[in-house]
Amino acid sequence: MIDALILTILMTSVPLVLAATGELVVERSGVLNLGLEGMMLMGAVSAFAFTYATGSLFIGLLAGIISGAVTAAIFGFFVLGLATNQVATGLALTIFGTGLSGLIGADFVGNAITGLPTLFPKHFGDIPFIGAFLSLDIVAYSSVIIVFLVWVFLFKTKTGLILRASGISHDSAHSLGYSVLKVRWCAVLFGGMMAGLSGAYLPLMLTPHWSEGMTSGRGWIALALVVFASWMPSRIIYGAILFGTITIMQLAGQARGWTIPPQLLSSLPYLATILVLVLISIRGSAKHAAPSNLTIPFISSK
Amino acid sequence: MKNNSLMKFGGIVMAVTAIFYFAMNTNQAVDAKSKMKVAFVYLTNPGDHGWTYAHEVGRQQVEEHFGDAVETVYVENVPEGPDATRVIRELAQNGNDMIFTTSFGYMEPTLKVAKDFPNIKFDHITGYMRADNMATGNIRFYEGRYVQGVVAGLTTKSDKIGYVAAFPIPEVIQGINSFAQGLRSVNKDAAISVVWANTWYDPVKEGDAAKVLIAEGADVLAQHTDSPAMLQTAEKAGVYGFGQSSDMHDFAPNAQLFASVNNWGPYYISQIEKAMDDSWSTGEGPDHWAGNTWKGLSDDFLVLTDFKNMPAGVADAAQKARDGIANGSINIFSGPMSDNEGNQILANGEALDDGGLWAMDYYVEGVIGKIPN
Repeated sequence: MIDALILTILMTSVPLVLAATGELVVERSGVLNLGLEGMMLMGAVSAFAFTYATGSLFIGLLAGIISGAVTAAIFGFFVLGLATNQVATGLALTIFGTGLSGLIGADFVGNAITGLPTLFPKHFGDIPFIGAFLSLDIVAYSSVIIVFLVWVFLFKTKTGLILRASGISHDSAHSLGYSVLKVRWCAVLFGGMMAGLSGAYLPLMLTPHWSEGMTSGRGWIALALVVFASWMPSRIIYGAILFGTITIMQLAGQARGWTIPPQLLSSLPYLATILVLVLISIRGSAKHAAPSNLTIPFISSK
Repeated sequence: MKNNSLMKFGGIVMAVTAIFYFAMNTNQAVDAKSKMKVAFVYLTNPGDHGWTYAHEVGRQQVEEHFGDAVETVYVENVPEGPDATRVIRELAQNGNDMIFTTSFGYMEPTLKVAKDFPNIKFDHITGYMRADNMATGNIRFYEGRYVQGVVAGLTTKSDKIGYVAAFPIPEVIQGINSFAQGLRSVNKDAAISVVWANTWYDPVKEGDAAKVLIAEGADVLAQHTDSPAMLQTAEKAGVYGFGQSSDMHDFAPNAQLFASVNNWGPYYISQIEKAMDDSWSTGEGPDHWAGNTWKGLSDDFLVLTDFKNMPAGVADAAQKARDGIANGSINIFSGPMSDNEGNQILANGEALDDGGLWAMDYYVEGVIGKIPN
């Protein structure tokens, strides 16, 4: 019983971890992409459409990743190519992705597919204590590895240092001879791929069907999660599991007849994020603050 | 710098254009004087495969039934509130003769616009406010829940029923209580655990709620939310469930026992016919939750799909319950009936009237817990 709850919490956390990790890299490079929800929906609809058409979950996952990147490229064209306002463009991308995914997906409504299998044999799930951790699928395990690799990249490699420098002071990075725009383009595309994969996880694993707007605000929770994690990769995992635990426990609490208002519990992830923002601001620590050039377009002086 | 602010402006223009283009996908038909023009306002997109989808099926039945005599138009994704007022007003100005607004939250916007256009007929779905040119219509959804309760009571082995609900409003509580009445008519040991998802539509959360209920031991699930996620979860876990608003058999071929399907077509067609021969009215008496048209199984406003994945004996019991409600021999809320804290609501021989149905603020026996306030 507890195992089943833990498994539900872990699976609910996976799309949050994936999308937030991508967004973290984007924001570390100095770009804020509020279009997560739009990119996730594009990833979700493409993943479902390709899996439905080809019967291959692998092609579906790949299609999700690619369409996330393509959607991010549209964002990149405006904010990096034309230096438009990042907040406005990101919001437009969410609306664009929501609308376009609904249009593409209209013909797929009402169909079901078989979701991703678990990586290990089914009976591994019966092992006490660790059973839930052995009942996940390949994307779930990959998400933890990706977070680790992103941490290595950002803090242990020179390229990662350049990326962080672009986010803190793009003028300095530029004057040292690094191409800020190239770095940001890579970050934005990576963010799109991760958002696409995150979106793909919904119709391929959590609820094996497509319906319009099925992310239902998970993109926004992932954005809150980046702030909650104070732009540190490992904290995204803790944060996602914390957010997931709150969601699942409020459902489980109701099933057991606890009388905590579910509305209050539903709002806890956002309250926790605001609390973190307040703490960052009180401590005034630059290490945990937002990259200082976040949302500021880079225009190289002629 | 000038270039920069120009780009900013460009970005904002792009965002605003995108908002208008994608948020409001209007499907406007061509004008023709002799035809009756009927408009529909939808809360979401027919792609939800639930509430709005059922209305869209109804609109298509209207087109099929009247052919060239009626021209229909619909606007989808209309948020409840000021946006709705604007959309309804626009439809009124565009020369529509009749406007159906298909969500509870459109009640006041519809009323507001109806006052300004006395010659246009407005028809609001599931509200309780009326005007001289504004009628209300609703389906007795709860009748299907009673049959679900009967099937659940005869199917469950753990005697634990899981119920995923959206918001604690009268319509939803009616459904839970009706389910419990059906359940207890065949199985006094079974009880319902209710989980409030606090949303009509969030597939992942609906699925999570179902997983939690299954983890707590439930082996038959019901839902009052919109997506097929709960049934898919039931299918995967090898337990049973009921479809909601539309037939969800394809999502859960082994888990769906049956689905209660909202059948708006007959209502729309009869209202339009009445408007054509001038017999359209908004009924007598005071404003009432029930609306001036509130029908269910007896008039095929609510239809049940085939009973599947159950033994013949259970299917027979389900059919008997369905027919009993349709012909009036079963009165779902009749005494003796108590709430789940033991207070008597109805004595033997008493029954709830429609007003009493909309005033339920209690769970009947067979439901666990309290209604969140």
